[in-house]
Amino acid sequence: MRLRALAVAGVLLLLVGCGQGSGGSTGADSATLTVFAASSLRDTFTTIGEHFEATHPGTTVRFNFAGSSDLAQQIVQGAPADVFAAASDTTMKTVADAGRTATAPALFAKNALRIAVAPGNPKGIASFADLARPDLKVVVCAEGVPCGDAELKIEAVTGIDVQPVSEEPDVKSTLSKVQSGDADAGLVYVTDVAAAMGTVEGVAFPEAEQAVTDYPIAVVQDSGQAALAQEFVALVTGPAGQTVLQEAGFLAP
Amino acid sequence: MTDPWLSARVLVRRPAFTLDVEFTAEHGEVVAVIGPNGAGKSTLLGVLAGLLVPDGGEIRLGDRVVTAPGLHVPPHRRGVGLLAQQAMLFPHLTALANVAFGPRAHGVPRAAAEARARELLAAVDAADLAHRRPARMSGGQQQRVALARALAPRPELLLLDEPLAALDVDAAPAMRSLLRRLVRAERQTALLVTHDALDALVLADRVVVLTDGRIVEQGPTREVLARPRSAFTARIAGLDLVPGVALADGLRTADGTTVAGRLDGVAVGEPAVAVFPPAAVSVFAQEPKGSPRNVFPVRLAAIEPRGDVVRLRASAVPGGPGWVDGLAADVTPAAVADLGLEPGMVLWFAVKAAETAVYPAR
Amino acid sequence: MTTDRPAPRVRRSDDHARGVALPGLLWVPAAAAFALIALPVVGLVLRADWARLPDLLLSESALTALRLSLETAAISTVLCILLGGPLAAVLARGRKRWLRWIRPLVLLPLVLPPVVGGLALLLLLGRMGLLGRVLDTWFGITVPFTTAAVVLAQTFVALPFLVVSLEGALRTAGDRYEAVAATLGASPWLAFRRVTVPLVLPGLASGTVLAFARCMGEFGATIAFAGSLEGVTRTLPLLVYLERETDTDAAIALSLLIVVVAVLVIAIARPRGADGLR
Repeated sequence: MRLRALAVAGVLLLLVGCGQGSGGSTGADSATLTVFAASSLRDTFTTIGEHFEATHPGTTVRFNFAGSSDLAQQIVQGAPADVFAAASDTTMKTVADAGRTATAPALFAKNALRIAVAPGNPKGIASFADLARPDLKVVVCAEGVPCGDAELKIEAVTGIDVQPVSEEPDVKSTLSKVQSGDADAGLVYVTDVAAAMGTVEGVAFPEAEQAVTDYPIAVVQDSGQAALAQEFVALVTGPAGQTVLQEAGFLAP
Repeated sequence: MTDPWLSARVLVRRPAFTLDVEFTAEHGEVVAVIGPNGAGKSTLLGVLAGLLVPDGGEIRLGDRVVTAPGLHVPPHRRGVGLLAQQAMLFPHLTALANVAFGPRAHGVPRAAAEARARELLAAVDAADLAHRRPARMSGGQQQRVALARALAPRPELLLLDEPLAALDVDAAPAMRSLLRRLVRAERQTALLVTHDALDALVLADRVVVLTDGRIVEQGPTREVLARPRSAFTARIAGLDLVPGVALADGLRTADGTTVAGRLDGVAVGEPAVAVFPPAAVSVFAQEPKGSPRNVFPVRLAAIEPRGDVVRLRASAVPGGPGWVDGLAADVTPAAVADLGLEPGMVLWFAVKAAETAVYPAR
Repeated sequence: MTTDRPAPRVRRSDDHARGVALPGLLWVPAAAAFALIALPVVGLVLRADWARLPDLLLSESALTALRLSLETAAISTVLCILLGGPLAAVLARGRKRWLRWIRPLVLLPLVLPPVVGGLALLLLLGRMGLLGRVLDTWFGITVPFTTAAVVLAQTFVALPFLVVSLEGALRTAGDRYEAVAATLGASPWLAFRRVTVPLVLPGLASGTVLAFARCMGEFGATIAFAGSLEGVTRTLPLLVYLERETDTDAAIALSLLIVVVAVLVIAIARPRGADGLR
């Protein structure tokens, strides 16, 4: 009995799984706009999306938040996205090189690194140079990941050699090691610190300006909603979008 | 009189069954335990080996108490060996290593243990199997090696749990004579569970009959098998038995029928059994007239060929005596053909009073 | 076709099984199942950049990750045997009633997402964890970010594989041989060593292979509990995940390496392992 139910569920799952993807955004009244955006944009873009829906009655904005390079690969492989907002120029370039962008990428925000420490900063970390202290457990993003590349750039510029205990595959993973208390400090984005306020504290350092991450946005090629997509990009780059982004700690482009 | 070497009082309570027995054995004696399936024989052996903890009782081996309330000597410190229906040789070890296992477990150095193992393998006619694994031996060979293995640590008491039951007819006689040579002749104290009167006669000094968890008969093997007092023992011994109360010239059964016979050591009015061999039973298709014999109607339940005779197994006919159920009569194959015998026929069994012994039921 | 000589009498063993018919219908889902397993691997092989493969596999980071993976998986597997073997024996043979409540718990790592396992390990042995706090303040030992953490994470996820297959073998074997050993004078410990262990060796072998393979493939619990640092905690699966971000070819090459190691392990152990559960 239970087995049969399972089998039926399995078949249904297959059918649904195969059917998906063909269900595009059609219909003039009830349009759906699909936005692929870097994880660090989750809070701000959700707010901007609500704003967009309010000014475009009948339109639904659907988000796919993930690591920029994951998203870039999905789009290159043909994922049905209308807008792509990346956390690095290189990932946007991947998509553009594959001929999957319909418009020239527009820079809409910048993000800088910040040191995340435990609330109250018990280890007294005050500068980037402090991260080289041998008594500290420091986590960073791995090379190849945007936040990791930015950190290496700062190391190169300052000549400070940070010996991390772990090089994490993404910035959220880096932040979580500080939040759990297993690492004393982690190099994450200003916006990550802002979003995690209460569980971590941020330590700003001037060298962060040496490696600022660019956030480009573009309409995806073959979007069924090119006009709407263009309007969404305009909202993000316009004053309303910029206010939301900068309140969350992003720098103006 | 000195105490017996082995004394055992064992009480095991299970939801559907109670084992409550008390028996003794002398040093060097082989005691056969017989009884129908489910009588508690294997449970009894399990308790003696220490593999089961009884609910009560006491077991003494020589001057050692191995089981008593609050005392349970574990199997590996009892010195009680076991040979079961299945050889249960360790499949990953050669015959030699199997036999040497016991001595090694007792701390005997390897060379000495293997010497002992070789000696025993030779004694069970399995010297040439020393380096073989069980998978490459026949059932009979395995059981011979298993006997050697059980004897190797020199157990004070050896338990034999139907050691011949799983062997085919060709292997059983060889194993039986081995047991006679290595157990009975060597004065190895042993308890033998069997279904077979022949095994008991050949191997055992005494017999204990277990039925429904109780001992119903015990005594020297020949005596018990020659003069069974329970239906089960009679059947094992190949005799017909009718229970009742002794009369001056025979026995009255529970339903009032009279069976004529010779009284032997029983007083009139005492519980008694009338016993006769199946060969003494004559079979008729019609009720024989004017005969001085015991004659009773039966329904033919089964026809069992047994060598050069045919055993007829009886069941009760409606309205006839009920105690005929299970009685046997041995006739010639020619008689089966002459009488046109078929199961279900109504026949008449007749037996002379002179062939019928009546003796006490207890 | 005619031949001078009669067909040889000796037949291959699979011919003897002809008597029992397999329902033809089973072939369809069976083929689908096999395709589901095999085709992605085929895709991996086809997509691989064979010209760059040697360079990609012989890169310093790949070799370091491979060595770390093999070392940690080997240590974890030994731990699985030393700890999981006795656990399987207790579960299979122990007579305590409460043991039946333990068995489902042992299976937990099998059904939990490995990331959850890693989080749980962090909550126990992390610097702020129940036990980790004690270790840190009393002994100055911190477990996360060490190779030991990788081993712990792998052991955590692989233990059930060994316990389950070994427990099955122990139950199938029963305890009758141990009873015989006891009547021959063998103490429980001697009977366990000389009788039980040899009898369940096939089950132990297949459990060991499964555990080792699981250790080699472990990702989620490791990234959550041990972090990722070259030569210390970055095992092959972690390197694949990382390379995927930047160099897809490298990720595919490393994935192929894992496939090869897995196939080797299965091939070496299969004759006694996978078929040997009895």
